Amino acid sequence: MLGLYTRRRIVNFIALALSVAAMAIGVAVLVWILITLTQRGLGGISTRVFTENTPAPGDSGGLINAIVGSLLMTGLAMLVATPLGVLAGTYLAEFGRDAKLSSVIRFVNDILLSAPSILIGLFIYEVMVVKMGHFSGWAGAAALGIIAVPVIVRTTEDMLRLVPTSLREAAAALGAPRWKVIVKVAYRAARAGLLTGILLAVARIAGETAPLLFTALNNQFWNVNMNAPIANLPVVIFQFAMSPYEDWQQLAWAGSLLITVAILGLNIVARVVFRKRRVR
Amino acid sequence: MPIPPDLEQEPLDEPLEGELQEDETSNEQEEPSRDAGPPQIKVSVDDRLQSIPAAEQLTAKLETHNLNFWYGKHHALKDFNVTVPERMVTAFIGPSGCGKSTLLRTFNRIYELYPRQRASGEVLLDGENILVPNVDLNLLRRKVGMVFQAPTPFPMSLFDNVAFGVRLYERLSSSELADRVEWALRKAALWDEVKDKLKQAGGSLSGGQQQRLCIARAIAVKPEVLLLDEPTSALDPLSTARIEELVHELKADYTIAIVTHNLQQAARVADYTTLLYLGEVIESNDTPTMFTKPAKKQTEDYITGRFG
Repeated sequence: MLGLYTRRRIVNFIALALSVAAMAIGVAVLVWILITLTQRGLGGISTRVFTENTPAPGDSGGLINAIVGSLLMTGLAMLVATPLGVLAGTYLAEFGRDAKLSSVIRFVNDILLSAPSILIGLFIYEVMVVKMGHFSGWAGAAALGIIAVPVIVRTTEDMLRLVPTSLREAAAALGAPRWKVIVKVAYRAARAGLLTGILLAVARIAGETAPLLFTALNNQFWNVNMNAPIANLPVVIFQFAMSPYEDWQQLAWAGSLLITVAILGLNIVARVVFRKRRVR
Repeated sequence: MPIPPDLEQEPLDEPLEGELQEDETSNEQEEPSRDAGPPQIKVSVDDRLQSIPAAEQLTAKLETHNLNFWYGKHHALKDFNVTVPERMVTAFIGPSGCGKSTLLRTFNRIYELYPRQRASGEVLLDGENILVPNVDLNLLRRKVGMVFQAPTPFPMSLFDNVAFGVRLYERLSSSELADRVEWALRKAALWDEVKDKLKQAGGSLSGGQQQRLCIARAIAVKPEVLLLDEPTSALDPLSTARIEELVHELKADYTIAIVTHNLQQAARVADYTTLLYLGEVIESNDTPTMFTKPAKKQTEDYITGRFG
Protein backbone atom coordinates (compact mmCIF):
# COMPACT_ATOMS: atom_id res chain seq x y z
CA MET A 1 0.00 0.00 0.00
CA LEU A 2 1.21 3.45 -0.82
CA GLY A 3 1.87 5.91 1.92
CA LEU A 4 -0.84 8.52 2.35
CA TYR A 5 1.60 11.26 1.54
CA THR A 6 2.92 9.61 -1.62
CA ARG A 7 -0.60 8.99 -2.79
CA ARG A 8 -1.50 12.60 -2.19
CA ARG A 9 1.51 13.72 -4.21
CA ILE A 10 0.56 11.50 -7.12
CA VAL A 11 -3.04 12.73 -7.06
CA ASN A 12 -1.77 16.26 -6.90
CA PHE A 13 0.51 15.69 -9.86
CA ILE A 14 -2.26 14.20 -11.95
CA ALA A 15 -4.69 17.00 -11.10
CA LEU A 16 -2.09 19.62 -11.90
CA ALA A 17 -1.17 17.92 -15.18
CA LEU A 18 -4.82 17.72 -16.23
CA SER A 19 -5.51 21.37 -15.49
CA VAL A 20 -2.36 22.52 -17.27
CA ALA A 21 -3.32 20.39 -20.27
CA ALA A 22 -6.83 21.85 -20.30
CA MET A 23 -5.41 25.35 -20.12
CA ALA A 24 -2.92 24.61 -22.91
CA ILE A 25 -5.63 23.25 -25.21
CA GLY A 26 -7.80 26.31 -24.59
CA VAL A 27 -5.01 28.77 -25.21
CA ALA A 28 -3.75 26.84 -28.24
CA VAL A 29 -7.16 26.95 -29.93
CA LEU A 30 -7.49 30.65 -29.17
CA VAL A 31 -4.04 31.41 -30.57
CA TRP A 32 -4.76 29.27 -33.63
CA ILE A 33 -7.97 31.21 -34.30
CA LEU A 34 -6.22 34.55 -33.86
CA ILE A 35 -3.32 33.58 -36.10
CA THR A 36 -5.58 32.27 -38.89
CA LEU A 37 -7.78 35.31 -38.56
CA THR A 38 -4.85 37.69 -38.78
CA GLN A 39 -3.22 35.87 -41.69
CA ARG A 40 -6.35 35.66 -43.77
CA GLY A 41 -7.85 38.94 -42.64
CA LEU A 42 -4.86 41.23 -42.98
CA GLY A 43 -4.65 40.40 -46.71
CA GLY A 44 -8.15 41.76 -47.19
CA ILE A 45 -7.67 44.98 -45.22
CA SER A 46 -7.18 47.99 -47.47
CA THR A 47 -8.46 51.54 -47.58
CA ARG A 48 -11.26 50.32 -49.83
CA VAL A 49 -12.69 48.30 -46.94
CA PHE A 50 -13.37 51.59 -45.14
CA THR A 51 -14.46 53.64 -48.14
CA GLU A 52 -16.52 51.43 -50.42
CA ASN A 53 -19.79 49.56 -50.10
CA THR A 54 -20.11 45.81 -50.32
CA PRO A 55 -19.54 44.79 -53.92
CA ALA A 56 -21.44 42.63 -56.34
CA PRO A 57 -19.60 39.39 -57.16
CA GLY A 58 -16.56 40.09 -59.27
CA ASP A 59 -16.59 43.81 -58.51
CA SER A 60 -14.20 45.46 -56.14
CA GLY A 61 -15.59 46.96 -52.97
CA GLY A 62 -15.36 47.35 -49.22
CA LEU A 63 -17.39 46.99 -46.06
CA ILE A 64 -18.19 50.56 -45.07
CA ASN A 65 -21.98 50.14 -45.25
CA ALA A 66 -21.77 47.03 -43.06
CA ILE A 67 -19.41 48.70 -40.57
CA VAL A 68 -21.69 51.71 -40.20
CA GLY A 69 -24.78 49.52 -40.00
CA SER A 70 -23.24 47.40 -37.27
CA LEU A 71 -22.16 50.48 -35.34
CA LEU A 72 -25.63 52.00 -35.61
CA MET A 73 -27.48 48.91 -34.44
CA THR A 74 -25.00 47.94 -31.72
CA GLY A 75 -24.89 51.53 -30.49
CA LEU A 76 -28.67 51.88 -30.37
CA ALA A 77 -29.07 48.47 -28.72
CA MET A 78 -26.55 49.37 -26.02
CA LEU A 79 -28.05 52.81 -25.54
CA VAL A 80 -31.31 51.20 -24.50
CA ALA A 81 -29.97 48.01 -22.93
CA THR A 82 -27.40 49.64 -20.65
CA PRO A 83 -29.71 51.75 -18.47
CA LEU A 84 -32.33 48.99 -18.50
CA GLY A 85 -29.85 46.30 -17.50
CA VAL A 86 -28.06 48.40 -14.90
CA LEU A 87 -31.32 49.47 -13.28
CA ALA A 88 -32.67 45.95 -13.20
CA GLY A 89 -29.40 44.65 -11.77
CA THR A 90 -29.50 47.41 -9.18
CA TYR A 91 -32.99 46.38 -8.14
CA LEU A 92 -31.90 42.77 -7.72
CA ALA A 93 -28.79 43.61 -5.73
CA GLU A 94 -29.93 46.56 -3.66
CA PHE A 95 -33.67 46.58 -3.21
CA GLY A 96 -35.07 43.14 -3.85
CA ARG A 97 -32.16 41.12 -2.55
CA ASP A 98 -34.33 38.69 -0.61
CA ALA A 99 -37.70 39.32 -2.26
CA LYS A 100 -39.56 36.40 -3.83
CA LEU A 101 -40.05 38.42 -7.00
CA SER A 102 -36.28 38.73 -7.33
CA SER A 103 -35.65 35.02 -7.50
CA VAL A 104 -38.26 34.79 -10.25
CA ILE A 105 -36.64 37.67 -12.14
CA ARG A 106 -33.21 36.12 -11.67
CA PHE A 107 -34.45 32.79 -13.03
CA VAL A 108 -36.13 34.36 -16.06
CA ASN A 109 -33.06 36.48 -16.69
CA ASP A 110 -30.83 33.42 -16.64
CA ILE A 111 -33.09 31.71 -19.16
CA LEU A 112 -32.93 34.76 -21.38
CA LEU A 113 -29.16 34.82 -20.94
CA SER A 114 -28.81 31.29 -22.29
CA ALA A 115 -31.60 31.43 -24.86
CA PRO A 116 -30.42 30.68 -28.40
CA SER A 117 -30.12 34.01 -30.14
CA ILE A 118 -31.97 32.75 -33.19
CA LEU A 119 -35.09 32.49 -31.02
CA ILE A 120 -34.80 36.14 -30.18
CA GLY A 121 -34.43 36.92 -33.85
CA LEU A 122 -37.59 34.96 -34.61
CA PHE A 123 -39.44 36.71 -31.81
CA ILE A 124 -38.55 40.15 -33.14
CA TYR A 125 -39.42 38.99 -36.64
CA GLU A 126 -42.85 38.06 -35.37
CA VAL A 127 -43.55 41.18 -33.29
CA MET A 128 -41.77 43.83 -35.36
CA VAL A 129 -40.87 42.77 -38.87
CA VAL A 130 -44.23 41.16 -39.63
CA LYS A 131 -46.16 44.07 -38.11
CA MET A 132 -44.09 46.68 -39.92
CA GLY A 133 -44.17 44.74 -43.14
CA HIS A 134 -40.45 44.99 -43.82
CA PHE A 135 -37.01 44.30 -42.37
CA SER A 136 -35.36 47.23 -40.64
CA GLY A 137 -32.47 48.50 -38.57
CA TRP A 138 -34.89 49.15 -35.70
CA ALA A 139 -35.77 45.47 -35.58
CA GLY A 140 -32.10 44.50 -35.68
CA ALA A 141 -31.27 46.87 -32.83
CA ALA A 142 -34.21 45.57 -30.80
CA ALA A 143 -33.05 41.97 -31.19
CA LEU A 144 -29.50 42.88 -30.19
CA GLY A 145 -30.81 44.88 -27.22
CA ILE A 146 -32.78 41.90 -25.94
CA ILE A 147 -29.62 39.82 -26.05
CA ALA A 148 -27.57 42.49 -24.26
CA VAL A 149 -29.96 43.18 -21.36
CA PRO A 150 -29.62 39.89 -19.44
CA VAL A 151 -25.83 40.03 -19.69
CA ILE A 152 -25.82 43.49 -18.12
CA VAL A 153 -28.42 42.57 -15.50
CA ARG A 154 -26.39 39.59 -14.39
CA THR A 155 -23.02 41.30 -14.15
CA THR A 156 -24.48 44.42 -12.54
CA GLU A 157 -26.12 42.36 -9.83
CA ASP A 158 -23.02 40.25 -9.25
CA MET A 159 -20.72 43.25 -9.10
CA LEU A 160 -22.97 45.22 -6.74
CA ARG A 161 -23.19 42.21 -4.45
CA LEU A 162 -19.42 42.27 -4.17
CA VAL A 163 -19.54 45.76 -2.66
CA PRO A 164 -19.21 45.22 1.09
CA THR A 165 -22.31 46.07 3.13
CA SER A 166 -20.05 47.95 5.53
CA LEU A 167 -19.60 50.61 2.84
CA ARG A 168 -23.35 51.00 2.48
CA GLU A 169 -23.76 51.17 6.24
CA ALA A 170 -21.06 53.81 6.49
CA ALA A 171 -22.73 55.96 3.86
CA ALA A 172 -26.18 55.49 5.38
CA ALA A 173 -24.74 56.37 8.80
CA LEU A 174 -23.80 59.78 7.42
CA GLY A 175 -27.43 60.41 6.62
CA ALA A 176 -27.23 59.60 2.93
CA PRO A 177 -30.56 58.61 1.38
CA ARG A 178 -30.60 55.22 -0.26
CA TRP A 179 -30.28 56.37 -3.85
CA LYS A 180 -27.20 58.40 -2.94
CA VAL A 181 -25.68 55.41 -1.20
CA ILE A 182 -26.19 53.41 -4.37
CA VAL A 183 -25.16 56.02 -6.93
CA LYS A 184 -22.29 57.65 -5.10
CA VAL A 185 -20.85 54.74 -3.19
CA ALA A 186 -21.98 51.35 -4.51
CA TYR A 187 -21.73 52.23 -8.23
CA ARG A 188 -18.37 53.83 -7.65
CA ALA A 189 -17.01 50.86 -5.78
CA ALA A 190 -18.28 48.50 -8.48
CA ARG A 191 -17.62 50.64 -11.53
CA ALA A 192 -14.86 48.45 -12.99
CA GLY A 193 -17.19 45.48 -12.81
CA LEU A 194 -20.14 47.41 -14.21
CA LEU A 195 -18.04 48.56 -17.14
CA THR A 196 -16.82 45.02 -17.74
CA GLY A 197 -20.42 43.85 -17.87
CA ILE A 198 -21.34 46.46 -20.44
CA LEU A 199 -18.30 45.60 -22.55
CA LEU A 200 -19.15 41.91 -22.32
CA ALA A 201 -22.58 42.73 -23.67
CA VAL A 202 -21.07 44.74 -26.54
CA ALA A 203 -18.76 41.86 -27.36
CA ARG A 204 -21.65 39.45 -27.22
CA ILE A 205 -23.90 41.36 -29.62
CA ALA A 206 -21.22 42.68 -31.96
CA GLY A 207 -20.76 39.25 -33.47
CA GLU A 208 -24.37 38.03 -33.31
CA THR A 209 -25.58 36.90 -36.72
CA ALA A 210 -28.66 34.81 -36.16
CA PRO A 211 -30.90 37.52 -34.67
CA LEU A 212 -30.04 39.89 -37.53
CA LEU A 213 -30.88 37.42 -40.28
CA PHE A 214 -34.62 37.93 -39.94
CA THR A 215 -34.59 41.45 -38.57
CA ALA A 216 -32.11 43.83 -40.16
CA LEU A 217 -31.48 41.40 -43.00
CA ASN A 218 -28.74 42.96 -45.10
CA ASN A 219 -28.31 45.69 -47.64
CA GLN A 220 -25.90 45.83 -50.51
CA PHE A 221 -26.03 49.62 -50.61
CA TRP A 222 -25.21 52.52 -48.37
CA ASN A 223 -28.02 53.05 -45.91
CA VAL A 224 -28.29 54.79 -42.57
CA ASN A 225 -32.08 54.78 -42.49
CA MET A 226 -32.99 52.61 -39.52
CA ASN A 227 -36.44 52.06 -40.98
CA ALA A 228 -35.07 50.01 -43.87
CA PRO A 229 -32.99 46.83 -44.15
CA ILE A 230 -29.46 47.71 -43.18
CA ALA A 231 -26.08 46.12 -43.85
CA ASN A 232 -24.13 44.72 -40.92
CA LEU A 233 -20.83 42.91 -40.50
CA PRO A 234 -22.03 39.56 -39.11
CA VAL A 235 -24.57 38.90 -41.86
CA VAL A 236 -22.16 40.13 -44.54
CA ILE A 237 -19.51 37.79 -43.15
CA PHE A 238 -22.02 34.96 -43.14
CA GLN A 239 -23.10 35.54 -46.74
CA PHE A 240 -19.67 36.30 -48.15
CA ALA A 241 -17.94 33.43 -46.39
CA MET A 242 -20.50 30.97 -47.75
CA SER A 243 -20.17 32.32 -51.28
CA PRO A 244 -18.01 30.72 -53.97
CA TYR A 245 -16.39 34.06 -54.88
CA GLU A 246 -12.84 34.53 -53.71
CA ASP A 247 -12.99 38.31 -53.23
CA TRP A 248 -16.16 37.97 -51.14
CA GLN A 249 -14.46 35.37 -48.96
CA GLN A 250 -11.52 37.72 -48.60
CA LEU A 251 -13.84 40.51 -47.42
CA ALA A 252 -15.47 38.11 -44.93
CA TRP A 253 -12.07 37.47 -43.37
CA ALA A 254 -11.35 41.17 -43.24
CA GLY A 255 -14.72 41.80 -41.54
CA SER A 256 -14.07 39.09 -38.96
CA LEU A 257 -10.71 40.59 -38.16
CA LEU A 258 -12.31 44.02 -37.82
CA ILE A 259 -14.87 42.82 -35.26
CA THR A 260 -12.22 40.99 -33.26
CA VAL A 261 -9.84 43.93 -33.23
CA ALA A 262 -12.63 46.35 -32.35
CA ILE A 263 -13.73 44.29 -29.33
CA LEU A 264 -10.14 43.79 -28.22
CA GLY A 265 -9.40 47.49 -28.62
CA LEU A 266 -12.53 48.49 -26.71
CA ASN A 267 -11.53 46.26 -23.81
CA ILE A 268 -7.99 47.57 -23.73
CA VAL A 269 -9.05 51.20 -23.90
CA ALA A 270 -11.60 50.71 -21.12
CA ARG A 271 -9.03 49.06 -18.91
CA VAL A 272 -6.42 51.74 -19.50
CA VAL A 273 -8.86 54.59 -18.90
CA PHE A 274 -10.13 52.95 -15.74
CA ARG A 275 -6.66 52.25 -14.40
CA LYS A 276 -5.62 55.87 -14.86
CA ARG A 277 -8.64 57.10 -12.99
CA ARG A 278 -7.98 54.75 -10.13
CA VAL A 279 -4.44 55.90 -9.58
CA ARG A 280 -5.35 59.54 -9.51
CA MET B 1 -15.56 80.19 8.79
CA PRO B 2 -17.20 77.06 10.05
CA ILE B 3 -14.79 76.72 12.96
CA PRO B 4 -16.27 77.96 16.20
CA PRO B 5 -13.54 79.59 18.28
CA ASP B 6 -14.20 77.41 21.28
CA LEU B 7 -13.43 74.32 19.26
CA GLU B 8 -10.03 75.52 18.26
CA GLN B 9 -8.45 75.43 21.66
CA GLU B 10 -8.86 72.38 23.73
CA PRO B 11 -8.85 72.83 27.48
CA LEU B 12 -8.55 69.12 27.56
CA ASP B 13 -5.88 67.64 29.59
CA GLU B 14 -5.69 70.64 31.82
CA PRO B 15 -6.78 68.88 34.96
CA LEU B 16 -4.20 66.22 34.35
CA GLU B 17 -1.37 68.48 33.39
CA GLY B 18 -2.28 70.94 36.09
CA GLU B 19 -2.10 68.25 38.65
CA LEU B 20 1.23 67.00 37.50
CA GLN B 21 2.82 70.38 37.63
CA GLU B 22 1.14 71.69 40.74
CA ASP B 23 2.64 72.00 44.20
CA GLU B 24 2.31 69.50 46.99
CA THR B 25 -0.76 71.00 48.63
CA SER B 26 -3.08 70.12 45.82
CA ASN B 27 -1.57 66.69 45.58
CA GLU B 28 -2.28 66.08 49.23
CA GLN B 29 -5.83 67.15 48.72
CA GLU B 30 -6.25 64.42 46.17
CA GLU B 31 -4.81 61.71 48.35
CA PRO B 32 -7.80 60.96 50.57
CA SER B 33 -10.05 60.36 47.61
CA ARG B 34 -7.52 57.91 46.25
CA ASP B 35 -7.38 56.06 49.52
CA ALA B 36 -11.12 55.90 49.59
CA GLY B 37 -11.12 53.67 46.57
CA PRO B 38 -8.06 51.46 46.42
CA PRO B 39 -7.91 49.96 42.94
CA GLN B 40 -8.38 46.23 42.96
CA ILE B 41 -6.85 45.86 39.55
CA LYS B 42 -4.22 47.83 37.79
CA VAL B 43 -5.83 49.98 35.17
CA SER B 44 -4.77 53.44 34.29
CA VAL B 45 -7.80 55.33 35.43
CA ASP B 46 -6.96 58.98 35.00
CA ASP B 47 -7.12 60.94 38.20
CA ARG B 48 -9.25 63.53 36.55
CA LEU B 49 -11.93 60.94 36.15
CA GLN B 50 -12.29 60.91 39.92
CA SER B 51 -14.20 64.15 39.67
CA ILE B 52 -16.93 62.87 37.38
CA PRO B 53 -20.38 63.99 38.42
CA ALA B 54 -22.96 61.35 39.06
CA ALA B 55 -24.81 60.42 35.89
CA GLU B 56 -28.14 61.55 37.34
CA GLN B 57 -26.89 65.13 37.59
CA LEU B 58 -26.21 65.33 33.87
CA THR B 59 -28.50 65.86 30.95
CA ALA B 60 -29.11 62.59 29.19
CA LYS B 61 -28.38 62.91 25.50
CA LEU B 62 -29.54 59.41 24.79
CA GLU B 63 -31.70 57.26 26.98
CA THR B 64 -33.39 53.92 26.44
CA HIS B 65 -36.55 52.74 28.13
CA ASN B 66 -37.32 49.04 28.03
CA LEU B 67 -35.51 48.68 24.76
CA ASN B 68 -35.80 45.25 23.21
CA PHE B 69 -34.14 44.11 20.03
CA TRP B 70 -34.56 41.08 17.82
CA TYR B 71 -32.52 39.62 15.00
CA GLY B 72 -35.31 37.56 13.50
CA LYS B 73 -36.20 35.34 16.45
CA HIS B 74 -33.05 35.98 18.41
CA HIS B 75 -33.75 38.31 21.31
CA ALA B 76 -30.55 40.34 21.44
CA LEU B 77 -31.41 43.14 23.88
CA LYS B 78 -33.71 42.53 26.83
CA ASP B 79 -35.38 45.49 28.50
CA PHE B 80 -32.48 47.85 28.22
CA ASN B 81 -32.48 50.99 30.35
CA VAL B 82 -29.27 52.85 29.74
CA THR B 83 -28.25 56.50 29.68
CA VAL B 84 -25.64 58.29 27.61
CA PRO B 85 -24.94 61.68 29.27
CA GLU B 86 -24.32 64.75 27.15
CA ARG B 87 -20.75 65.69 26.29
CA MET B 88 -19.33 62.71 28.07
CA VAL B 89 -17.78 59.48 26.91
CA THR B 90 -19.83 56.42 27.71
CA ALA B 91 -18.33 52.98 27.17
CA PHE B 92 -20.25 49.76 26.66
CA ILE B 93 -18.25 46.69 27.55
CA GLY B 94 -18.98 43.00 27.72
CA PRO B 95 -18.09 39.72 26.05
CA SER B 96 -18.86 39.05 22.38
CA GLY B 97 -22.52 38.68 21.62
CA CYS B 98 -23.65 40.60 24.68
CA GLY B 99 -25.43 43.25 22.61
CA LYS B 100 -22.96 46.15 22.73
CA SER B 101 -22.88 46.79 18.99
CA THR B 102 -26.59 46.05 18.67
CA LEU B 103 -27.33 48.73 21.25
CA LEU B 104 -25.20 51.24 19.37
CA ARG B 105 -26.97 50.34 16.14
CA THR B 106 -30.33 51.28 17.63
CA PHE B 107 -29.09 54.78 18.45
CA ASN B 108 -29.05 55.73 14.75
CA ARG B 109 -31.44 52.99 13.60
CA ILE B 110 -28.85 51.74 11.15
CA TYR B 111 -30.31 48.26 11.75
CA GLU B 112 -33.25 49.34 9.57
CA LEU B 113 -31.13 48.53 6.53
CA TYR B 114 -31.95 44.89 7.28
CA PRO B 115 -35.56 43.77 7.09
CA ARG B 116 -35.37 41.06 9.75
CA GLN B 117 -34.09 43.27 12.54
CA ARG B 118 -36.46 45.17 14.78
CA ALA B 119 -36.56 47.09 18.02
CA SER B 120 -39.29 47.91 20.52
CA GLY B 121 -39.41 50.20 23.52
CA GLU B 122 -38.01 53.71 23.51
CA VAL B 123 -34.75 55.34 22.56
CA LEU B 124 -34.87 58.99 23.55
CA LEU B 125 -32.59 61.48 21.84
CA ASP B 126 -32.92 64.79 23.68
CA GLY B 127 -36.15 63.43 25.13
CA GLU B 128 -37.70 62.51 21.77
CA ASN B 129 -38.38 58.89 20.98
CA ILE B 130 -36.50 58.03 17.79
CA LEU B 131 -38.04 54.59 17.41
CA VAL B 132 -41.40 55.95 16.28
CA PRO B 133 -42.12 55.40 12.59
CA ASN B 134 -42.27 59.02 11.44
CA VAL B 135 -38.67 59.85 12.35
CA ASP B 136 -36.63 60.93 9.32
CA LEU B 137 -33.82 58.41 9.40
CA ASN B 138 -31.47 60.46 7.27
CA LEU B 139 -31.79 63.50 9.53
CA LEU B 140 -31.41 61.28 12.59
CA ARG B 141 -28.20 59.77 11.23
CA ARG B 142 -26.91 63.18 10.41
CA LYS B 143 -27.24 64.06 14.10
CA VAL B 144 -25.94 60.72 15.32
CA GLY B 145 -22.73 59.84 13.51
CA MET B 146 -21.12 56.42 13.57
CA VAL B 147 -17.67 54.95 13.09
CA PHE B 148 -17.43 51.22 12.49
CA GLN B 149 -15.05 48.51 13.53
CA ALA B 150 -13.31 48.15 10.19
CA PRO B 151 -12.32 51.34 8.38
CA THR B 152 -14.68 52.01 5.46
CA PRO B 153 -13.10 54.58 3.17
CA PHE B 154 -15.36 55.29 0.20
CA PRO B 155 -13.93 54.66 -3.28
CA MET B 156 -13.15 58.32 -3.86
CA SER B 157 -10.49 60.86 -2.97
CA LEU B 158 -9.62 61.72 0.63
CA PHE B 159 -11.19 65.11 0.17
CA ASP B 160 -14.41 63.70 -1.24
CA ASN B 161 -14.55 61.15 1.55
CA VAL B 162 -14.65 63.87 4.17
CA ALA B 163 -16.86 66.13 2.08
CA PHE B 164 -19.35 63.34 1.32
CA GLY B 165 -21.61 63.87 4.31
CA VAL B 166 -21.24 67.65 4.26
CA ARG B 167 -22.37 67.85 0.64
CA LEU B 168 -25.51 65.93 1.53
CA TYR B 169 -26.87 68.55 3.87
CA GLU B 170 -25.10 71.83 3.33
CA ARG B 171 -24.53 74.04 0.33
CA LEU B 172 -21.08 75.41 0.90
CA SER B 173 -18.87 77.34 -1.46
CA SER B 174 -15.79 75.43 -2.49
CA SER B 175 -13.60 77.42 -0.13
CA GLU B 176 -15.98 76.88 2.76
CA LEU B 177 -16.04 73.19 1.96
CA ALA B 178 -12.26 73.08 1.84
CA ASP B 179 -12.17 74.80 5.24
CA ARG B 180 -14.60 72.29 6.66
CA VAL B 181 -12.62 69.35 5.33
CA GLU B 182 -9.43 70.77 6.79
CA TRP B 183 -11.16 71.41 10.10
CA ALA B 184 -12.46 67.83 10.30
CA LEU B 185 -9.10 66.36 9.30
CA ARG B 186 -7.33 68.48 11.89
CA LYS B 187 -9.82 67.38 14.53
CA ALA B 188 -9.15 63.80 13.59
CA ALA B 189 -5.39 64.44 13.86
CA LEU B 190 -4.90 63.43 10.25
CA TRP B 191 -4.39 66.76 8.50
CA ASP B 192 -0.61 66.89 8.72
CA GLU B 193 -0.28 63.43 7.26
CA VAL B 194 -2.62 63.91 4.31
CA LYS B 195 -2.71 67.62 3.49
CA ASP B 196 -0.51 67.12 0.42
CA LYS B 197 -2.44 64.16 -0.98
CA LEU B 198 -6.08 65.05 -0.60
CA LYS B 199 -6.73 63.91 -4.15
CA GLN B 200 -5.48 60.41 -3.53
CA ALA B 201 -7.90 57.56 -2.99
CA GLY B 202 -9.06 56.95 0.56
CA GLY B 203 -7.93 53.36 0.32
CA SER B 204 -4.31 54.43 -0.11
CA LEU B 205 -3.90 55.20 3.59
CA SER B 206 -2.77 52.85 6.34
CA GLY B 207 -5.39 51.17 8.51
CA GLY B 208 -4.99 53.63 11.37
CA GLN B 209 -5.14 56.59 9.00
CA GLN B 210 -8.21 55.16 7.31
CA GLN B 211 -9.97 54.91 10.64
CA ARG B 212 -9.09 58.50 11.47
CA LEU B 213 -10.37 59.42 8.02
CA CYS B 214 -13.67 57.77 8.91
CA ILE B 215 -13.77 59.74 12.15
CA ALA B 216 -13.05 62.94 10.23
CA ARG B 217 -15.84 62.05 7.82
CA ALA B 218 -18.21 61.48 10.71
CA ILE B 219 -17.40 64.75 12.51
CA ALA B 220 -17.32 66.83 9.32
CA VAL B 221 -21.12 66.90 9.31
CA LYS B 222 -21.04 68.17 12.92
CA PRO B 223 -23.17 65.53 14.52
CA GLU B 224 -24.32 65.83 18.11
CA VAL B 225 -23.56 62.26 19.03
CA LEU B 226 -20.70 60.08 17.87
CA LEU B 227 -21.09 56.30 18.06
CA LEU B 228 -17.82 54.39 17.96
CA ASP B 229 -18.22 50.66 17.39
CA GLU B 230 -14.92 49.07 18.42
CA PRO B 231 -13.06 51.75 16.49
CA THR B 232 -9.59 50.48 17.36
CA SER B 233 -10.00 46.71 17.30
CA ALA B 234 -8.25 46.42 13.94
CA LEU B 235 -5.49 48.91 14.71
CA ASP B 236 -1.98 48.78 16.10
CA PRO B 237 -1.24 50.28 19.55
CA LEU B 238 0.08 53.56 18.17
CA SER B 239 -2.98 54.23 16.04
CA THR B 240 -5.14 53.14 18.97
CA ALA B 241 -3.44 55.69 21.22
CA ARG B 242 -4.04 58.43 18.68
CA ILE B 243 -7.71 57.59 18.39
CA GLU B 244 -8.09 57.50 22.15
CA GLU B 245 -6.51 60.95 22.39
CA LEU B 246 -8.96 62.04 19.79
CA VAL B 247 -11.89 60.76 21.82
CA HIS B 248 -10.63 62.81 24.77
CA GLU B 249 -10.56 65.90 22.61
CA LEU B 250 -13.86 65.35 20.91
CA LYS B 251 -15.93 64.99 24.03
CA ALA B 252 -15.72 68.73 24.61
CA ASP B 253 -18.14 69.10 21.70
CA TYR B 254 -19.77 65.74 21.19
CA THR B 255 -21.55 63.10 23.15
CA ILE B 256 -19.65 59.90 22.56
CA ALA B 257 -20.75 56.30 22.98
CA ILE B 258 -18.01 53.75 22.47
CA VAL B 259 -18.18 49.98 22.30
CA THR B 260 -14.95 48.24 23.14
CA HIS B 261 -13.57 44.81 23.92
CA ASN B 262 -10.60 46.40 25.52
CA LEU B 263 -11.20 47.07 29.21
CA GLN B 264 -8.13 49.25 29.54
CA GLN B 265 -9.46 51.34 26.71
CA ALA B 266 -12.77 51.81 28.49
CA ALA B 267 -10.89 52.77 31.64
CA ARG B 268 -8.75 55.23 29.72
CA VAL B 269 -11.33 57.01 27.62
CA ALA B 270 -14.72 56.66 29.25
CA ASP B 271 -16.38 58.79 31.90
CA TYR B 272 -19.14 56.23 32.30
CA THR B 273 -19.08 52.52 31.72
CA THR B 274 -21.88 50.03 31.29
CA LEU B 275 -21.35 46.30 31.41
CA LEU B 276 -23.61 44.13 29.27
CA TYR B 277 -23.88 40.38 29.34
CA LEU B 278 -26.04 38.10 27.18
CA GLY B 279 -28.37 40.88 26.16
CA GLU B 280 -28.83 42.36 29.61
CA VAL B 281 -27.44 45.36 31.43
CA ILE B 282 -25.39 44.15 34.37
CA GLU B 283 -24.11 47.40 35.84
CA SER B 284 -23.73 51.02 34.91
CA ASN B 285 -21.65 53.59 36.72
CA ASP B 286 -18.93 56.18 36.37
CA THR B 287 -15.77 54.52 35.16
CA PRO B 288 -13.60 54.82 38.29
CA THR B 289 -16.31 53.28 40.43
CA MET B 290 -16.94 50.54 37.87
CA PHE B 291 -13.30 49.61 37.83
CA THR B 292 -12.47 50.04 41.48
CA LYS B 293 -15.60 49.36 43.50
CA PRO B 294 -18.12 47.62 41.25
CA ALA B 295 -21.45 47.01 42.95
CA LYS B 296 -21.93 43.56 41.51
CA LYS B 297 -19.84 40.46 41.79
CA GLN B 298 -20.38 39.78 38.09
CA THR B 299 -18.83 43.12 37.14
CA GLU B 300 -15.85 42.46 39.35
CA ASP B 301 -15.41 39.03 37.82
CA TYR B 302 -15.55 40.46 34.32
CA ILE B 303 -13.14 43.30 34.81
CA THR B 304 -10.68 41.10 36.63
CA GLY B 305 -10.87 38.57 33.81
CA ARG B 306 -12.59 35.76 35.67
CA PHE B 307 -15.37 35.41 33.13
CA GLY B 308 -16.24 36.59 29.69
